[in-house]
Amino acid sequence: MGPSVAVPGSLADPGTLSPAAPSGPSRVTLALRWLRRVSGIVPFAVYVTFGLLLPMVAVAIGAFQDNDGAFTFSNVDAATHGIYLKGFWQSIVLSVISSVIPGILGLIVAYAIFTAKRAQVLRQVAITAAGVFANFGGVPLAFIFIATIGSSGLVSQWLTSLGFDPYAHGFTLYSLLGVIIVYLYFQIPLMVLVILPALEGLRPAWREAAANLGARTWEYWRYVAGPVLLPSFLGCVLLLFGSALSAYATTEALTNGTIPLTSIQIGSFLNGNVIAGQENIGKALGLGMVVIIAIAMAFYVVLQRRSARWLR
Amino acid sequence: MAAVVQEAPEAIAPPRRGPAAFRGGTVWRWAVLLVTAVYFLLPLWAALRFAGISAFGSVVGESGFSSSLGLSVRLAVITTVITIALMLPTAVYVHLRLPGLRRLLEGITILPIVIPPVVLIVGVLAIAPGFLKGTSWLLAMVYVILAMPFSYRAIDAGLRALDLKTIVEASSSLGAGWVSTLGRVILPNLRTALLSATVLSVAMVLGEYTMASLDLFQTFPVWIYVNSQTSGQVSVAASLLATWFFLMIITVLGTRQSRKTGGGEVTLFTVARTETRGDL
Amino acid sequence: MTTNTTPDAATTVSGAGRIRPGGGTSVLLHQLTRSFGVTRALDGLSIEMAPGELVALLGPSGCGKTTALRIVAGFETADTGSVLIDGRDISSVPAARRDMGMVFQSYSLFPNMSALDNVAFGLRMRKIGTDERRKRAAGLLDMVGLAPQAAQYPHQLSGGQQQRVALARALAIQPRVLLLDEPLSALDAKVRLQLREQIRLLQQQLGTTTLFVTHDQEEALSMADRVGVMSQGRLEQIAAPDELYTNPATAFVAEFVGVMNRIPGELRGGGMVTALGRAVPVRGRAPDETAVDVLVRPEGLTMEITEHGNGIVTTRTFLGSVTRVGVQLDGDVAVQVDRPSAESAALAPGASVSVSLPAQPVLVAPRRTG
Repeated sequence: MGPSVAVPGSLADPGTLSPAAPSGPSRVTLALRWLRRVSGIVPFAVYVTFGLLLPMVAVAIGAFQDNDGAFTFSNVDAATHGIYLKGFWQSIVLSVISSVIPGILGLIVAYAIFTAKRAQVLRQVAITAAGVFANFGGVPLAFIFIATIGSSGLVSQWLTSLGFDPYAHGFTLYSLLGVIIVYLYFQIPLMVLVILPALEGLRPAWREAAANLGARTWEYWRYVAGPVLLPSFLGCVLLLFGSALSAYATTEALTNGTIPLTSIQIGSFLNGNVIAGQENIGKALGLGMVVIIAIAMAFYVVLQRRSARWLR
Repeated sequence: MAAVVQEAPEAIAPPRRGPAAFRGGTVWRWAVLLVTAVYFLLPLWAALRFAGISAFGSVVGESGFSSSLGLSVRLAVITTVITIALMLPTAVYVHLRLPGLRRLLEGITILPIVIPPVVLIVGVLAIAPGFLKGTSWLLAMVYVILAMPFSYRAIDAGLRALDLKTIVEASSSLGAGWVSTLGRVILPNLRTALLSATVLSVAMVLGEYTMASLDLFQTFPVWIYVNSQTSGQVSVAASLLATWFFLMIITVLGTRQSRKTGGGEVTLFTVARTETRGDL
Repeated sequence: MTTNTTPDAATTVSGAGRIRPGGGTSVLLHQLTRSFGVTRALDGLSIEMAPGELVALLGPSGCGKTTALRIVAGFETADTGSVLIDGRDISSVPAARRDMGMVFQSYSLFPNMSALDNVAFGLRMRKIGTDERRKRAAGLLDMVGLAPQAAQYPHQLSGGQQQRVALARALAIQPRVLLLDEPLSALDAKVRLQLREQIRLLQQQLGTTTLFVTHDQEEALSMADRVGVMSQGRLEQIAAPDELYTNPATAFVAEFVGVMNRIPGELRGGGMVTALGRAVPVRGRAPDETAVDVLVRPEGLTMEITEHGNGIVTTRTFLGSVTRVGVQLDGDVAVQVDRPSAESAALAPGASVSVSLPAQPVLVAPRRTG
């Protein structure tokens, strides 16, 4: 006893052929029409070209030029060896750690916010705060943490008074570990902001349907919510990765260039703290950085497409 | 007729709150939020104690404070104006006339996040024409690019919540010309989004250090950093000043926005609607 | 009422030691109350459902029908009152253990699983082996006519198909009770009609006791064994569809189910009321005021074409075998009268007619002003 099968209405008998279509508008007209349609976007296109594309092209080209403008691989070569290679490596390690950990923590916090359905005010405050803290970075952030866990920071002193001096045990804020701790401050809110829409896409009906069918909480997460969220989660982590890799100001303020990190190294080329005749190495470094991030972002886009399909 | 049962069942439970479907998470949730709050607020408070209240007063008097702050504010205003003048018409145009390009536009506007500012400034300085180099206008124009991801997404989210095509068609079917439609129909409905875009752009500019310092401009964040060499407390005070200022504005705006739009918020990346549980 | 058929594919579901009686399951809602803040969503709701019966809860938004359903399902808790299944109080049993199948209004299929995996999910939770549960799921999909779509994902299915999968999924666990929360509301008209039939047939075939919530009276009347009309948290009347239509217990039920005319009248003594120049007995309770409205169905009014009658025809709507005639009566009262279409040729707008009440007991309600 299945449903009635819908029979499509009968079509015109196949013997009829439509008469030949009259010739359409000329190519020129079509081209002009297309130009008119696209014209609205011209200002934006021009701006982006000059503000984004051309600079990037300049960087890409400059990476392969020596001081006289001739083509060379020496910049790229230098950029992938020695201290610069170390810079890349540390930057990547730093960014991976500063994206996965805040990713997980951010998910937990976002879930806590999301499930606080009764306390609307809380949600409001939390989301607004996340918006602020996500944009919070650079110099002010560095200083705030110096005041907190710097060598004479509040928490450091407080811990010392309790008998445990972190600095005596080898901890210092001005290290990779310190940088990671500081990065959490804007990475976690960023994660919260980007994963919340995905969480909102988790329909309550799924939770209820799962429970109705006998699933316990962990089973719901294992079989439904987890798989559905995974693409979004990974995508957001990639976004965090890009954000951490690009970070300059905070690190500069904290470490003053003592730790080799690619973004700092690029900056030093502009500051002139470099041997003359090697300026284009900075461009090669920049190119390398963009390539890494571009790969990460490509994965991000793919993952977002996948999750968008499910979370519709 | 009305078949309502009168007989007593075997067990009549007294009024109680039985186990709800998904109870048990409340404690955990508040613990998480508490720890998070501490992690985020503690540094602020530590900085406050470190700097001392007097530092706030003295900050304003420091040399360079007003000039750098003034520069930053000027940049913020210029950036915001250019941003909205550029992104709003573009977004509306694409939504209406070129919906096929929306994906592409989203992709392009996310590029500035992908491209590290430090790399971008290298490129910009390489191709900037002589007459712009060294002027703060160049910096403002680059800031527009940096602000694009946030501003575009805020405007886009606002437009998406609108069903733009329908209201524009309705407006023109009632006889309104383009200008009227834009001004009376579209713009008022985008107030939240535009506000969001503005706030985010301003926040970004006032906090941006990388490009400003590498472009050799002493904006507020740069001034804070430079000043830190001499007086750490002043820098901390100034940083805090900036932060508190923002927290205030954005919190106020955030709650006002949501009350006006009836429970919807335009956040950085989306319009979040509070979920209602259907009728009773 | 309904025949007590034994469930199809009667392999008992193992695991969790759940005992199910051989025939259907009886459900008792006893004096359920629930408030959300100041709003009283449920105000002492009591319903008894016989094994294998399909009871529809019908009412406008906010009447409490969905709340009642969710309490039975275990997603809400009642403030007072209890739910009994086969005589056992299950109020403190968590939703996951209640062994009820629920079909939600929309978008409840798990997006990351194919139709087959969705249907098999409940069986997976009951630790049924992979082959066995896939086989059963396939059988259920076949039952709802979606066997070819087994490997497709929810986003590839139409609304109607999704709901059919949802139905199969709910039935896969051979639930004691089937709960349907406005499952057809989000679908378009044609699909709705098809699914209505299918749900009803399946339910009768399996003999599952079913609670169906809807705001569409046509749906309720055509599908249910009994319909409970609710308003503001209370049950106004629960009866078989035809009973509900011909003998509505209250004015609310009378107006909610089917079309009802309101004609101003005056209460007289001795249980009589005067309207349209005629005195007829009052059926059921009479309100206290003397100024009342008499409630009559369109097919209950008599109408003749006469010169100088008490009304003028304003509209004429062809409804198939019946034509609905709108009449403006003296005193600015508008009524609808149904006549067989064959006899309605002369009833053009502007015709003068005489409308009167039949000599039968009528329902009265307090006069509605404005």
